[in-house]
Amino acid sequence: MQQVFTRPASLKDVQTHFCPGCHHGTVHRLTAEALDEFDLRKKTIGVASIGCSVFLYSYFNIDVVESPHGRAPAVATGVKRARPDSFVFTYQGDGDLAAIGTAEIIHAANRGEDITVIFVNNTTYGMTGGQMAPTTLVGQKTSTSPYGRNLEKEGAPVRVTELLSNLDGVAFAARVAVNNPRNLMDAKRQIKKAFRYQVEKKGFSFVEVLAACPTNWGMSPIEANERVGGEMCDYFKLGVYKNTENL
Amino acid sequence: MSTIEIDELRCKGCGLCTITCPKGLIELSDKINNLGYTPAKFDASKGKCTGCALCAEICPDVAIKVFNE
Ligand SMILES: Cc1ncc(C[n+]2csc(CCOP(=O)(O)OP(=O)(O)O)c2C)c(N)n1
Ligand code: SF4
Ligand code: SF4
Ligand code: SF4
Repeated sequence: MQQVFTRPASLKDVQTHFCPGCHHGTVHRLTAEALDEFDLRKKTIGVASIGCSVFLYSYFNIDVVESPHGRAPAVATGVKRARPDSFVFTYQGDGDLAAIGTAEIIHAANRGEDITVIFVNNTTYGMTGGQMAPTTLVGQKTSTSPYGRNLEKEGAPVRVTELLSNLDGVAFAARVAVNNPRNLMDAKRQIKKAFRYQVEKKGFSFVEVLAACPTNWGMSPIEANERVGGEMCDYFKLGVYKNTENL
Repeated sequence: MSTIEIDELRCKGCGLCTITCPKGLIELSDKINNLGYTPAKFDASKGKCTGCALCAEICPDVAIKVFNE
């Protein structure tokens, strides 16, 4: 018998604290597979953020710097500039990247820092109990929008990948999902491509992953998985938004 | 012949593998594991595993190993 599916070497063989059906686990694995693909484990410095992915250093077999909430792209800028031969990526939630860290992500992207950003959009602040995020869908009930997000009062959900892809400093930007095998295989390809951009020193690369947070959505893992493929994909369209190789 | 191995101690019973297996070979058990979840179990009597590894790919907890002969 030959084993055809194995855990990537960059991912530690440990139990995670993630809830059942949480897509953070899936995105961790795909990120670790991409690190393995380019043999980056020993030269990688990951930059963790604040949110449910805060224990990145316990789950990846790499060096990790923990950054203050939202500041991962600024910390990654410093790490990459000080150690230009290292491979540097940030891993951030939507509360982290699209709310408190809006300034840091926009300016790091605009400067075209040679880093990769993995952005996990689950339309809520997972760790703190499901508050409304800039990415919360209109009508979505959260602990701070008990009647649903109101378009007039709170504005429309921010489409971060589209926003960033307009900046000249961005070399690669894509939005993917991991809710079914087809989307997952594409997510794998795009994360690898984003990593390859940095390996080939082509500039700032960004991948947004639509993800489920069953716990704070008040759904079963299967229902939450379906929501990703339904209303989330309807509003946040999947695709490659910037690919400077093709220009 | 192909087969899978589910790590019952790591599985959180999310059920995503049960809806993903094209052959319907996985279901949740009614026993509770050390984490308090009902882990997935593989039932080879229901059909032939093709070793496609879709169950392992979808698993957020990397709890499934796939083997091909
Ligand atoms: C400066 C600061 N402000 C607020 C917090 C509280 N806090 C911890 S996690 C979090 C939100 C995380 O949400 P998100 O980035 O969407 O990640 P998720 O947990 O959903 O993966 C907040 C506001 C903090 N730790 N530090
Ligand atoms: S609260 Fe949400 S984001 Fe956090 S581990 Fe649970 S499901 Fe995942
Ligand atoms: S490898 Fe494919 S056929 Fe076999 S159990 Fe997994 S999903 Fe089903
Ligand atoms: S997908 Fe993984 S964690 Fe979820 S039920 Fe199947 S084996 Fe268990």
